[in-house]
Amino acid sequence: MDKKIIFRIFKDKLFKFIVICTSGLVLIPLVFIILYIIKNGISVINLEFLFTLPKPIGEAGGGIIHSLTGTFILIILASLFSIPLGIGAGIYAVEHKKSKVAKIIIFSVEILQGIPSIVIGIIGYMWLVKPIGQFSALSGGITLGIMMLPIVIKATEETLKLIPFSLKEAAIALGVPYYKAILKVILPSAKSGIITGILVGIARISGETAPLLFTAFGNNFLNFNIFKPIDALPLLIFNYATSPYKEWHKIAWGASFVIVILILVLNISTRLVVKKWRT
Amino acid sequence: MRGKLILFTIIAITMTVLLMIIGCGNNKSSEVELLGAGATFPYPLYSKMFSEYYKEKGIRVNYQAIGSGGGIRQLLNKVVDFGGTDAFMSDGSLAKATAKILHIPTCLGAVVVTYNLPGNPKLKLTSDIIADIFLGKIKKWNDDRIKKLNPEVGLPDSNITVVHRSDGSGTTFIFSDYLSKVSKKWREKVGRGKSLNWPVGLGGKGNPGVAGLIKQTPNSVGYVELIYALQNNMPFATIKNKKGNFIVPSLKSVSLAAQINIPDDTRISLTDTDAEKGYPISSFTWIILYQEQNYNSRSYERAKATVDLLWWIIHNGQKYNKELEYAPLPASAVEKAEKILKSVIYNGKNIL
Amino acid sequence: MERIFFKFNKEIFSKRGDLKIAPLNNTYNWNLRQRIFNIVIFSMGIFIIIILAGILITLFYGSFPALKKFGLNFFINKEWDPVFNKFGSLPVLIGTLLTSFIALFISIFFSLSISILLGEYFKKGGFSNFIKTSVELLAAVPSVIYGFWGLFVIVPLIRTLEIKLTLPSYGVGIFTASLILAIMIIPYAASIGREMIELVPSDIKEAAYALGATRYEVIKKVILPYSKSGIIAGVFLALGRALGETMAVTMLIGNSNFIPKTIFHPCNTMASVIANEFTEATTEIYTSSLIEIGLILFFVTVIINLIGKYIIKKFTIETRRENG
Repeated sequence: MDKKIIFRIFKDKLFKFIVICTSGLVLIPLVFIILYIIKNGISVINLEFLFTLPKPIGEAGGGIIHSLTGTFILIILASLFSIPLGIGAGIYAVEHKKSKVAKIIIFSVEILQGIPSIVIGIIGYMWLVKPIGQFSALSGGITLGIMMLPIVIKATEETLKLIPFSLKEAAIALGVPYYKAILKVILPSAKSGIITGILVGIARISGETAPLLFTAFGNNFLNFNIFKPIDALPLLIFNYATSPYKEWHKIAWGASFVIVILILVLNISTRLVVKKWRT
Repeated sequence: MRGKLILFTIIAITMTVLLMIIGCGNNKSSEVELLGAGATFPYPLYSKMFSEYYKEKGIRVNYQAIGSGGGIRQLLNKVVDFGGTDAFMSDGSLAKATAKILHIPTCLGAVVVTYNLPGNPKLKLTSDIIADIFLGKIKKWNDDRIKKLNPEVGLPDSNITVVHRSDGSGTTFIFSDYLSKVSKKWREKVGRGKSLNWPVGLGGKGNPGVAGLIKQTPNSVGYVELIYALQNNMPFATIKNKKGNFIVPSLKSVSLAAQINIPDDTRISLTDTDAEKGYPISSFTWIILYQEQNYNSRSYERAKATVDLLWWIIHNGQKYNKELEYAPLPASAVEKAEKILKSVIYNGKNIL
Repeated sequence: MERIFFKFNKEIFSKRGDLKIAPLNNTYNWNLRQRIFNIVIFSMGIFIIIILAGILITLFYGSFPALKKFGLNFFINKEWDPVFNKFGSLPVLIGTLLTSFIALFISIFFSLSISILLGEYFKKGGFSNFIKTSVELLAAVPSVIYGFWGLFVIVPLIRTLEIKLTLPSYGVGIFTASLILAIMIIPYAASIGREMIELVPSDIKEAAYALGATRYEVIKKVILPYSKSGIIAGVFLALGRALGETMAVTMLIGNSNFIPKTIFHPCNTMASVIANEFTEATTEIYTSSLIEIGLILFFVTVIINLIGKYIIKKFTIETRRENG
């Protein structure tokens, strides 16, 4: 009996060991990637890198300000599109959740969430570029907005569901009209969840490249006009990484570093938001 | 706390609206920004030219090198001001376009066969060997036929990795045009075109993609425009031309290949040239635009800016060709190009 | 308690949601504003449905020429020939299946380990947070950076491996793409797996412990069988993610439209062929074929995602019901 038990205990400890090791192995590529990006990226970052335009091929120097501002502008456009729409649709879905329409909306959101980014890129081209006749930041922004939409809607829906019914009841009992109860009582208490959703959505789209290939198109100059093509950090990385020029590779590492920092900051902000407004 | 949030939101929205107003304001002001897309073949040259043009005239030209196929497609979709292509449009495709499209040659370049071998040797190759390598019929570097032509080179006993274009490319068109002329097997099995049904090999995006892949893959071979090989210190082959001479691709041998009669619309292939010392895989590259510039509510300023840019490219711009090893346009080509540019109209009236 | 509130609601609110009890302000303004509010959020909700319907319609409309010309042969033809305008999607279908399943296969062990680690061994605490954050970070790295890193770090390694195995030393190819894809989908399967494992009711676990089982035995014989369907759902969702992954795959798969001879050869996936060739498809049938591939990709990913989510829902509801 003794031997059997020892063997079972041994298997138990062995299993735990294997699980820990295998999980640890997963960390290896992560550490590898982050270290690589830091090592190659940080040496490139300087004031010239962040604030100047690229030079013609073969000449050293140049910077990424066109992509930085491009990413920034695209994020703003995508947010302007998806935040009002997302919150509104989320409110409808929760408030009228027994209705058939709301169920279809929730189902549509589930489907939208699973659509690959390249397919959304095709849609962006067919809807916003071909008919207008021009590649533009606007088309890129809205395409990214379509990708951000399910995330915002889900976050709104989940957060609103968690808010106790009694809150709305109390407000209405006090004489507040229904729509005001939603806007001024329920939404503010859902603030943290919705903002978390928005930050997660932004973190997701700031690294997206595929939808931009056919919509924003790229631009070698600084551009604030949303009706013209625009560049973005992921596009830059894609183009430079697949080129043969060493200077471009270095710049791509620098740009990767910038994106990773941006996403890290967004993730940390998400944590802080949750902590701060956890009522 | 809520007050701060409202304030923040107001500031953010104001900033955004300001940004957009500035942007739209820019649109209305005299700063025209031109958009071109297409060939990667001349991209290093265009990149330099447009940077200088901006310094000289303050007009921004945003050129996205997505391949000749892309350039043609986006011009057909009327989404760009001009397209860049090294594969001139065929009569058939011109007929299908909704309006007349003009071809303006901008420079001459060479498609070189570049490779990654230990020691960067200079190889001599003939057209049939090249065809067979890219057809997958010659599989190893130390194949007898290659060895015979290059006895002093130590060729490794390894498989040849072919690299070609994954996108629709004018460079591919030039290369396959040459191979179709010199190899019956190629003509029948693969043919000429911007995107091909390649029998073997890896695909790289754009000239830069192919050069990048070759540079990092030992024992590989592919075709790129001359400057990409030069800028990346990659060796390229000396090729036997129609007259039986082994020619090194250079701006000189490319210019020699262009000394033939150019048709009025400048659409001509220069591959497999008859010229004695001409490099056999040379080609023009063109910028394509619509003859009638008033489409999709384009403004007159925009049309004029486009034509002015092209006029500059075929005259003053040509001084940038040599340092990047592109051959400048021969006088006869410039003459024909001038005539074509003068025929560009806006609402029926000539712009120049 | 809830019943009373419900009745209360019905009596106080009319259908439009405004109060029946005498309001303190001007009723007319409220009615109008209330109606506007309702219309606005209703149209926002409908807009979402319109976007989805629009996507479907556009994809069908765009693929119509190719659907008409090739019909069902599109799935069997293995020629992708832009010169002669003959398009068959078999190579990219095979490429997609190979990369996704190899990636899934590689990643399952790791995802499962992490799920068990976080679901059983280290449910709370510093180490748990550390692993959780790291896995989230893996998911946060954008695809294009994975591709970039893969190009410069993994591809040379694979090339050396291929030279040792006397295979053509492409470096890029199906295996390389699958490897990076595996790393990218680990977080998805892992987090869902963990949630499913945490859902296992404690009473059956404790029953097993009471009978003298070791932790390993409880995991092997109680937890895993119980949460099997949930874990499979996680696998489905990870698969859905892998199928639609574009940028990293485009940079690492070698871009060749042929049926690959081995997994060390280059190929294309549905996503990568669209990314590479869409902007330059010069003929209508070419573009249409690419859009048809987009349509196929749409259906495949959506169906797999829905199956996964359905399984999770059923499993979660059942478990919650059992837990009372």
